[in-house]
Amino acid sequence: MTSINATEYEFAGLNELVHNAQDDVAIVNCCGQRFIAAGMKRGRVTIDGVPGNALGAYLTGGEIIVHGNAQDAVGDTMNDGEIVISGNVGDAVGYAMRGGAIYVRGNAGYRAGIHMKEYKSKKPVIVIGGRCGSFLGEYQAGGRLIVLGLHQDGRPSVGNFPCTGMHGGKLILRGDGSGVKFPVQTKVSELTAEDWEEIAPYLHRFCEVFGVDYQALSQERFCVVTPDSQNPYKQMYVAN
Amino acid sequence: MQKEGEVRIPSGCAISAMISKSGKLCNGEKIIASMYPMHDRSNGLGGGFAGYGIYPEYKEFYALHVFYDDDASRVECEKFLKENFEIVKAEIIPIRKIPEITDVPMIWRYFVAPFASTLSRLQLDEKEFVARCVMRINTLYKGAYVFSSGKNMGAFKAVGFPEDVGRFYRLEEYEGYSWTAHGRYPTNTPGWWGGAHPFALLDYSVVHNGEISSYDANRRYIKMFGYKCTLQTDTEVITYIADYLLRRQGLTLEETASVIAAPFWSTLDAHNSEENQQRAYLRKIFPSLLITGPFSIVLGFSGGLMALNDRLKLRSMVVGEKDDMCYIASEEAAIRVMEPEVETVYAPAGGEPVIVRLQEGSF
Repeated sequence: MTSINATEYEFAGLNELVHNAQDDVAIVNCCGQRFIAAGMKRGRVTIDGVPGNALGAYLTGGEIIVHGNAQDAVGDTMNDGEIVISGNVGDAVGYAMRGGAIYVRGNAGYRAGIHMKEYKSKKPVIVIGGRCGSFLGEYQAGGRLIVLGLHQDGRPSVGNFPCTGMHGGKLILRGDGSGVKFPVQTKVSELTAEDWEEIAPYLHRFCEVFGVDYQALSQERFCVVTPDSQNPYKQMYVAN
Repeated sequence: MQKEGEVRIPSGCAISAMISKSGKLCNGEKIIASMYPMHDRSNGLGGGFAGYGIYPEYKEFYALHVFYDDDASRVECEKFLKENFEIVKAEIIPIRKIPEITDVPMIWRYFVAPFASTLSRLQLDEKEFVARCVMRINTLYKGAYVFSSGKNMGAFKAVGFPEDVGRFYRLEEYEGYSWTAHGRYPTNTPGWWGGAHPFALLDYSVVHNGEISSYDANRRYIKMFGYKCTLQTDTEVITYIADYLLRRQGLTLEETASVIAAPFWSTLDAHNSEENQQRAYLRKIFPSLLITGPFSIVLGFSGGLMALNDRLKLRSMVVGEKDDMCYIASEEAAIRVMEPEVETVYAPAGGEPVIVRLQEGSF
């Protein structure tokens, strides 16, 4: 295990150390250094403090664990691997994500999962434990975006304009989705057994890493939001 | 070099602020430190700070901070000041010469009060008169630029990284109950001392991260009320809008926020509450003051701060609290520098103002 006191480093120096480490890395006193573990292929990076923007961007493998909050654009365009955040995340978590999984125990900011996509076996997954800001899953093209709404502050789990421009993938919400205004190009339905089978391993993993009661969670009602046809924006701009 | 206002180059920026609600004074070191983790949000073409409560010994006087290109401009401008104001003190603002800050203009400070006779002759209230004089100097006096004009507050700005600008102005020697800071990454203008943030008029100051797309619509509207935007930089117009709505129209901070970051009609229609009817009313009255495009701003005023994001929240902003302190910054890391043990940290929603005021009688 390589231990790094981030106080002494700016982002470039810190990332060089992470990149060159032969084994797992533990970063302490992190304070805003950007691009940590960007493009990492294997290994484990544990972070105490607040990592800067674009944590785990282009992540291709391995594991990033943050004991606390993270800032904007966590897992930007990540391909694979796992990011675990025990606090809250800022805006645009999982921006254009292409694979792997992100688990957030707390809340997410605006535009969580914006433009997530999938291709064949590459299906990215984001699980948000708390609530999300507006524009959740904007332009979602693939993958699974799961919002559990386990927060306690009484605010709605989903802000305004969720699923705007959605044309693929699934948004899964705990509850029946009532009170949330979805675009007309999407449809809200009950979770099917097939859906459950697909998300159960991720919920199990979420409960495991954060110590949440899986049995209780699995008894809850969920709903699924999907685009309502193969080509929901047909003729919006051009006849296609 | 072409100056601000002469050329437009098609940003990331950093903002940060702190306030003690009980009016406890604190020097500029913490706010400078908060800019370090956000260093890469700026590119060295502008940094600045505003401090409130920093001139207690002259709190009855307007503190004019002025950049001069040369001595001739200073003589001209001082002639104008002497004709209109009682000047109780005129001095060069103390600086620390450091290699990071170059091309330093002449930087002067005047503590002034308008002549009562002039005010009664013109039938103007004091603030309106001062604002008009500032506009007059900034548009008609070549080589002179007033960049701060409030009472018991001051803006300090320069071309450079904010950390260096703070050291340059020796902010550790000033004590204020609230501070705001800005690191600039200019995208539309070349970056000149006057174009750095905060933009200040009277005791309002604005630091801004973003790029508003309604600039020209806002500029044209506000021009009708005597506000002349001279620098082509969007923050200037935000400052004037704040002054117009708060001082001249007498709107509250909440109302001002709902004019400049008005909710979408669809959002207003979704809940037909009295509050939303009021918001819809304001949106109809002041449609040209709606600010669109990305922004996160902190508006400083005597006795408080207001933080506000654009309604789509296209820029990040985080708020943290501990005891009587409130912290606002583009990144949580900056707040952790100011207060490592910060208790609540949250990101306000787009268009949701965070208003922090001093407790009654605390300052």
